Amino acid sequence: MQALAIRGLTKTYRNGVEALRGIDLEVAEGDFFALLGPNGAGKTTTIGIVMSLVRKSGGSVQVFGHDIDRELDRAKACIGLVPQEINFNQFESVHTIVVNQAGFYGIPRRLARERTERYLRQLQLWDRRHETARALSGGMKRRLMIARALVHEPRLLILDEPTAGVDIEIRRSMWSFVREINAAGTTIILTTHYLEEAENLCRRIAIIDGGRIIENDSMAAVIRKLHQETFVLNLRAPVAAPPRLPDCVVRLADDHTLEIDVSRQHSLNDIFARLSAAGIEVASMRNKVNRLEELFMRLVENRGAAAAQD
Amino acid sequence: MDRAREPSLARIQWVGFQTIVRRELGRILRIWVQTLVPPAVTATLYFLIFGSLIGRRIGPMGGYDYMQYIAPGLIMMAVITNSYGNVVSSFFGAKFGKHIEELLVAPLPNWLIVTGYVAGGVVRGLLVGIVVTAVALFFTRIPVEHPLLVAGSVLLTSVVFALGGFFNAIFAKNFDQITWFPTFVLTPLTYLGGVFYTVSLLPAWAERMSYANPILYMVNAFRHGFLGASDVGLGTAFAIMALAAALMFTVVVTLMNRGTGIRE
Repeated sequence: MQALAIRGLTKTYRNGVEALRGIDLEVAEGDFFALLGPNGAGKTTTIGIVMSLVRKSGGSVQVFGHDIDRELDRAKACIGLVPQEINFNQFESVHTIVVNQAGFYGIPRRLARERTERYLRQLQLWDRRHETARALSGGMKRRLMIARALVHEPRLLILDEPTAGVDIEIRRSMWSFVREINAAGTTIILTTHYLEEAENLCRRIAIIDGGRIIENDSMAAVIRKLHQETFVLNLRAPVAAPPRLPDCVVRLADDHTLEIDVSRQHSLNDIFARLSAAGIEVASMRNKVNRLEELFMRLVENRGAAAAQD
Repeated sequence: MDRAREPSLARIQWVGFQTIVRRELGRILRIWVQTLVPPAVTATLYFLIFGSLIGRRIGPMGGYDYMQYIAPGLIMMAVITNSYGNVVSSFFGAKFGKHIEELLVAPLPNWLIVTGYVAGGVVRGLLVGIVVTAVALFFTRIPVEHPLLVAGSVLLTSVVFALGGFFNAIFAKNFDQITWFPTFVLTPLTYLGGVFYTVSLLPAWAERMSYANPILYMVNAFRHGFLGASDVGLGTAFAIMALAAALMFTVVVTLMNRGTGIRE
């Protein structure tokens, strides 16, 4: 079954802005799905429509087979949302916020308390349960929103930039937790600006830009579409000038660092052999930018250029 | 969770309704210094000044001691103000702080969200009504001639004004806009709604105008429950209250369904 099926979704705001121009999207049950796009591309509008926070102009949305036009409450009961902005009552206690949210989804009080304890413990918030939400740090507030979204044990969890402004340690622990939730069967849709995370976590990806889906495939297939990658090579000994490698662009970033643009038809073994022959020893190597980020930028830039020519 | 195990929507809605009311009650009790104490202070001042000091010189009103006569009106005035104030501040606060989204994304229909907030307003109205009644009993004896009339009129009135508060909160875009209606409409209508006097004392034109004020019917129906005296017919009073409640509920739920003020 499809966790989410979107057909021909359009949205035109009152000010005339066309935020969505006919989106088709399917997310399979159990998937870990990335929805990426630049600011203003239509990600949050799409999520807003699925959650009924934004009214659609056209098209259809089904959540686990429940059409939001006919069975909105059934559809909403299947979803947990971690929104982009903090949206809990800052004057309520951590415990109250989560218990009440369970109640809004029909979870009886006793079960709500049990689950609240479980999720607050898992997200390291149990010791802060009696504090008002405004007393929490930014990272804790994000974790509180995850606990709140999970307390009714949704079949589909939507994470709308959940790690924005969160330090790396907490971000990693959050992702590890979310991976476990996905492994246990919850479908996850993630939007994020940290593309490395999307690449590491998600199995499928859709890229939205200008209100249209411009890429929708498995993560592996999308990455394969990247025709060229830039590698940064740290050298053991300094070099005065960049070596000449046929069909590769080589730049000297500093006397210990080379940047090499490698197209897909070239083998790294071949490049290393040529470098060795030139007496250059490589100490370490990394991608200059994340591969998905590189692809993302090219897709969005190509689209921008095409739009400018129209 | 498979579909066969999904709880019934009726079950979800009942628990959801209880949760909204419990949250509203928690808010009222959490900020009791703002919600329950001011009406007690105001009522004490009214009874001291209008009842004890000025009231002695006024003499009987409608056949009753003046303090006895104004007590039901003052209780009703507090109920009206607080039922309205609770919903307008709570719902607008939820809009302003964006935590209204907690309810909007939940599987709860709009009529139930409205009902939950209105129930919260009624709870505050009744709690404040009890507090003001307790204050009144320090100053005068209040007979209860028709308890069902008292209960019916106070419940319907608080429902009407809780819905009024919801209506105001839907359209309000800032905190100023949640004070306009109470200041410029609600307070004048309440003061001119027979809280402090019987309309038979007014000149004929003012008496006729007073009958266009719905609060006059609410105050008098409530007073009739206590004292057995009223300026208006009870049937008319309850018809106006029931009609106002039904009309307001329909309007507010329609606005919510349209997404006015809450959805893009």
